[in-house]
Parts: sequence; C-alpha cells; structure tokens
Amino acid sequence: MTTLRADRRFSWLRSVIAVYAKDWHSELRTRYAISALLMFVVTTIAIIMFSLGSEDAPPEVLSGMLWVVVFFGAMSGLARTFVMEEERGTSMTLQLLTGPSAVYFGKLLFNLVLVFGLNSVTVVLYLLLINGFVVKTVSIFLVTLILGSIGFAAAATIIAAIIARASTKGTLYPVLSFPILLPLLLTVINATRMAGEGAAFSEAYGEFQLLISYIVVVIAASTVVFDYVWKD
Amino acid sequence: MALRILLGLWLAVVIVLGLGLPMVAEPQHWYDLPIVPGLEEKARIIFFHVPTAWLSVVGFVAALVYGIRYLRSRSIEDDSRSAASAGLGFLFCLLATVTGAIWAKSSWGTYWNWDPRETSIFVLLLIYGAYFALRSAVEVEEKRASLAAVYAVIAGVTMPFFVFIMPRVIASLHPEPILNAQGKIHMNTAMLLVFLASLAGFTGLYYWMWKVYVKVEQLRRRIQQPTGG
Repeated sequence: MTTLRADRRFSWLRSVIAVYAKDWHSELRTRYAISALLMFVVTTIAIIMFSLGSEDAPPEVLSGMLWVVVFFGAMSGLARTFVMEEERGTSMTLQLLTGPSAVYFGKLLFNLVLVFGLNSVTVVLYLLLINGFVVKTVSIFLVTLILGSIGFAAAATIIAAIIARASTKGTLYPVLSFPILLPLLLTVINATRMAGEGAAFSEAYGEFQLLISYIVVVIAASTVVFDYVWKD
Repeated sequence: MALRILLGLWLAVVIVLGLGLPMVAEPQHWYDLPIVPGLEEKARIIFFHVPTAWLSVVGFVAALVYGIRYLRSRSIEDDSRSAASAGLGFLFCLLATVTGAIWAKSSWGTYWNWDPRETSIFVLLLIYGAYFALRSAVEVEEKRASLAAVYAVIAGVTMPFFVFIMPRVIASLHPEPILNAQGKIHMNTAMLLVFLASLAGFTGLYYWMWKVYVKVEQLRRRIQQPTGG
C-alpha cells in the first residue's frame, strides 16, 4: 500500500519533469521565447541608455527601471508555453496524458528557468552598461532577485494559462498581469533600492517575508484554480 | 415599486441633509454637524465618497464570491451575478476615484499624489479593467465565465498584500487615520446618522441596480436562446 502511494508520487514528479522536458524540447527547436526575451532586454536597455545619454540618473530611478525591463521582458515571452499548446492544438493530448497539476508545475518550472535566465542576463547587462547603478548590499540584491524571479514566474504562469484561452492573447497578457504583479513589483523595487543604498541585510527581512508569502499564496491559489482553466 | 420610491426618497433626504445641515464649531442642536479640523466644509464629501469606495470593494468581493460559486455550480446565472457585481463595482470605483481626486485637490492641493489609498483604488480600477478586457476576449460563454472567475480569485488573493506593502512605501495623508486617530470615529450623532443613512442608501441603490442588471442579462439570454420546435 505504502509503496503504491510512493510510486504514485514518483509518477507525478515524473510527469512534471516530462512536461518540463517536452517544453524545453519544443522551445529549443524554435527558440521563440528565448530570442523574444533576449531581444527585448537588449532593446530596452539600449533605449534606456539612449534616453539617459551622458546624464546620471539617481540610483532610485535606475533600480525602478531595472524592474520595468524585467516586467515587460517577462511579458514578451512567458505566455509562450501555454499559447503554443493552443496554437498547435496539442492541449487536448496533454490533457489526456497527464493531470492538471503536473501540467501546471511543469510549465511553472519551465517559466521559472526562463525568468531566472532573463533576470541574470538583464542584471549583468544593466550593471555593465548603466552608469550610476550600484549595488552596495549584494546579499539583499541576490535574495531579492531570486525571490522576485520565483514570484514573477508564479504569477505569470497562471495568467498565461488564462490568456491562452482568450482570443487577443498578446495585448491581454500585460493588462491582466500588471495588477497581479504590482504588489511584487513594489516590494522588489523597494528592496533593490535598499540594496543600492547599502542597508544592512536584516533591514530587508520585511520585504523578504512579503515576497515569500506572495509566492506561497499565488502558487497555492493557482494550483486550486488551474483545473478550471485547463480543462475544457 | 414602493421600495424603489422609498429608496429614491431616502437618498434625496440624505443628499439634502448631507449638503444642508449647518457646520458649527460647537454643536448644540441635534442637527448641527461638527467642524472637522483641517477639512471644514469639505468634510461633507465624506457622505458620498466613503459609500462609493465601500461599494467598489463590495462589488469586487461579490464578483469573487459569485465567481467561486460559478466554478462549483457551473450555472450561468451565477456568472451573470458575478459580472453584474463587477460592473457596478467598476462604476462605483470610478465614482470613488473621481470624488477622492476632487477632495484631494481641495485638501492636499493636487488631484493625484499616489497616497496609499489612491494607489489601492487605482489597482482596483486596473483589476476591474483587466476583468472586463478578459471577458470581452473570450467568446464561448462557459469558458468566459470560468476564466473570469479564476482571474477574480487570483486578483482577490493578491489584493490584501497592499495593506502590508503600502505603509512601507509611502506615508498616508488620508483623513481616515486622522478622523479615526484614537480608534473611534470622531463624529457626533448627527454626522454619524447622516453618514450611516448614506451608507445604507447607497448600498440599497447598489442592490437595486444589481438586481436590474441580473434581470436584464436573464432576459437577454432568454431572447437569444434558439427556440427549437
């Protein structure tokens, strides 16, 4: 009995990994999401550099702008994983092959890796290219980046699942995501500013608590309601 | 019919009293309103601004609750109740934003300064806007209903974060912390009575409009339904 239950749990985990691996397979075939994200980040940072010229913007503004790049970058590519299923007509097959929670967590994992990649590239480029953006407390910055990425992926995944079923997918995605992501955005912008000002690590505990509870709440709510979005 | 006339009379009386009762420094008669320091005559807007803000939250919660009920019952009735709540909530949210901005202009000198309250009502507006954008983008009725309900749930669970986040970002100038400083409401009986009457009147108005809205949806569905022989 217990081995059966353990077996079932492993099979769930295997399905999650399988969905994730399948998404990477088809992503690497076209590189649609990766190139969209990369080009978006490069373009936006270039625009910021042009508009700043040789001026030095205050660090608070720059730390806010970093997350503007991340937000719209994420909006350009993260819906792909669900939209693709609808466009190719493969969502029905996936529904037959595995349960909704395996699909959700597989896609979440896929988006998580994408967001981590996106954020790493963005931050490296940003630090290299934008004068005046300094990080004094690296620990706060790193934790903010990691928690912020998870939160982004969590909210972006369930919204992507919703808009994949709607008719105007592209424009609807940022519209639906923004109010959901705003608590996260305000918190990470605040934490990034603290990192730039050189605050002690313990000062940012409140921000981290908020980020962690946001992640937990969004993922928990998503697992509950995902069924209704996914099934026809 | 009688109830509708009563509601109209009630609201008319509330409006006349709210705008007409004298404001004096030391209230002596039962009908005197006290002067709220820093707000003076402008404090009268409280009789109209607070009910609209209250109803914009009520509309959101009702849309959420009926959305969840739809997900469980799968009856399209619940979806039109949810949509009706959201529609009215959006209307009152707009009214609260406008009355709030007017009040802010006269008290703080600017229509908009991203006060925590202004930010949260703005987010509520965005959520309502996104909700209707989503509804209009889905053609199949059942799909539209369940997607809208799911979106309301996701928005509903992230909204409470603003309560914790906003104080960290910016300090408030909103009179609620000032009017309500010691945890009790600084209103005398006359003011409180008009205020509560207005709250009740507007809530009644909301309920009546909501029922009309639901009824209209019901009739429209009945007309559109193909009458098979």
